[in-house]
Amino acid sequence: MRLNKIILSFVSALVILFSTSVASFAKVVGDKIILGAAISLTGKYSSNGVHTQNGYNMAVDRINSMGGVKVGGKTYKFDIIYYDDESNPKRAAQLAERLISQDGVEFMLGPYSSGLTKAIAPVTEKYGVPMVEANGASRSLFTKGYKYLFAVLAPANLYLDVAIDLAVEKNNGKPVSVAMAFEQDAFSQDVRLGVLEAIKRTGSKKVIDDKLPKELNDMAATLVKVKQMKPDVLVVSGHTKGALTAIRQISEMKVDVPMLAMTHCDAAKLSKQHGKNSQYALCASQWHKTLTYKDNFFKDGMTYDADFTKEFGYAPPYQAAESSAALLVFKDAFERADTFDQKKVRDALAATNMQTFYGNIKFAAGGQNVDKPMVLFQVMCDGDNCENKVVAPTKWASAELIHPIPSWSKR
Amino acid sequence: MISVQACLDGILLGILFALIAYGMALQWGVMNIINIAQGDLVILGGYIAYFMYLYGIHPAWGVIVAPIIMFFVGIAIYKLVINKVVDRDLFISILATFGISILFMQLMNFAFGADVVLANSDYGTTMLFNNNVVLPNSKIFSAFISILFAICLVIYMKKSKLGRAIRATAQNARAAKILGVDTEKVYAATFGINAALCGVAGALISITFTIHPYMGLPYTIRSFMIVIVAGLGNLPGVAMSGMGLGVFEEFADYILGTEFRIGSVFLLLVLILVYRRFKLSRKREYLK
Repeated sequence: MRLNKIILSFVSALVILFSTSVASFAKVVGDKIILGAAISLTGKYSSNGVHTQNGYNMAVDRINSMGGVKVGGKTYKFDIIYYDDESNPKRAAQLAERLISQDGVEFMLGPYSSGLTKAIAPVTEKYGVPMVEANGASRSLFTKGYKYLFAVLAPANLYLDVAIDLAVEKNNGKPVSVAMAFEQDAFSQDVRLGVLEAIKRTGSKKVIDDKLPKELNDMAATLVKVKQMKPDVLVVSGHTKGALTAIRQISEMKVDVPMLAMTHCDAAKLSKQHGKNSQYALCASQWHKTLTYKDNFFKDGMTYDADFTKEFGYAPPYQAAESSAALLVFKDAFERADTFDQKKVRDALAATNMQTFYGNIKFAAGGQNVDKPMVLFQVMCDGDNCENKVVAPTKWASAELIHPIPSWSKR
Repeated sequence: MISVQACLDGILLGILFALIAYGMALQWGVMNIINIAQGDLVILGGYIAYFMYLYGIHPAWGVIVAPIIMFFVGIAIYKLVINKVVDRDLFISILATFGISILFMQLMNFAFGADVVLANSDYGTTMLFNNNVVLPNSKIFSAFISILFAICLVIYMKKSKLGRAIRATAQNARAAKILGVDTEKVYAATFGINAALCGVAGALISITFTIHPYMGLPYTIRSFMIVIVAGLGNLPGVAMSGMGLGVFEEFADYILGTEFRIGSVFLLLVLILVYRRFKLSRKREYLK
């Protein structure tokens, strides 16, 4: 019995020691600003989770090596505590709690995906911890009145409405008919709302409005309807799986449609996996390396692309670029606030108005970035070599939109 | 023409699902095990074909390579886990295979990454009725291979010694044991054959659809439904219910809309189960 007591007291002493020591290395220690992030390093979002982490790390290294963050006349360096949320929202919320209440983190970076950001936001809000996130675009994140959530990316409803405008423009300003196929998840349904608004605004007509079940691997039925109705535009959004399935079945079923607009082409490595079959697909993207935005740390998109490729061995998808931008926003806000007081940093974040290599950043009251339009690129192939070229907005277009898409019999 | 298209799409889809369900029915009947990891075995088979494709081999060869590899994977799973739960009640086997399913998902994610992938067969398209009905050749190929494997399996079950032993064990394991059948071996072979069928289906799915480490569960649920609708031990029924559900699903999509597609299939399942129960209860009264 005595031995038990000794072991018990030893263990509790260890626990107390451990918890105090953990708390003491957190927040701002010495010359380090410690940020916390729960990232999907395993589970179904792990590919994009890793892109996010690489983007964060790249920016941390760059900012630290270029003089760090100057607050109150002292120079600080960034450091990030990562936890693996296993692509699981519940786990992400637990980890956010842990980062804040156990590790004492006072500033957070966002996880990957809208779903996980939704799980974490109530926690950071409860503790008044400012969070800059780069991978949660769902509109519902910005309508809940969160005060401590800031997103560097454009909200989901702006992903594909540009495509409808473009189609109307190509139709000499006359309304078009639109076929829609969206997966039943928060993100894709937000994209759908944006498209619906654009349809209403332009007086266009929706002819198909299919909501694809999450587990569905087959959209043949939708495509048969498209063949019958012959719409001017087909809009598809269903993450990577949706993009890959759509291109496969459109090419197999020889579905001719003048314009095909999608999301997640980048993440799906569409042109790599489908080659020529993906040609002419229009894809919404948060960022493209050819955009001409500039900053002092990464210079511009092309330099970022080259540096990232050199460091990680693959070209950066926009998920990495926007994650890097989140750190630039934090640095800027810390320096303007000139303190580590969470409220003041939050106010500084809210007043952000800057340009990064990723785009302009200015937050609306809801926390979404309103100063950065989406871009559309089109997959263009020269022989078997396919490339993504920006076609809209015209300001950054590096190629002319090919419209209408040539029919399959002529390819 | 839309209804012809819907019918054909449904049938081609259904045949593929029926192949997976066929394996499930076999091991359910023989070993009394509901294999929750069925879909994950399918996806693993898909990855085998996908890697062949990556290395420049046509993924269609996956329908030969995948089942061979998967057969041994199946036997290994049996030796490691299933043989410990095979005589227990159904619930234990569900738990055990559920565990295997989670393990497989995580291992595949770890080994192959979380990207959605596919293998391109470049089989082209068949146009019928003045181009009004379009059938991707990859789907036709899948259906053809599925039927081929199903027929081979039926013949094997009828003619071979092991096939007869499997059927004997399914009818009465204890009696088969007394008469000299090595049931342990039969169980291992059954699980192996099931895994091999999943391998074939997986290779076909990588050619026709997409694969992803976490995409297995829908295949498990679908094959479970097909077996439930067909009834245990009714192999021709499995083929019929597979195609029937496929066609029903396509029509539900056209008539009710895509969002009701999966829901309507489940509704049909409930109706069938209620109908069965109703029939059973009448039978019971008659027996009284």
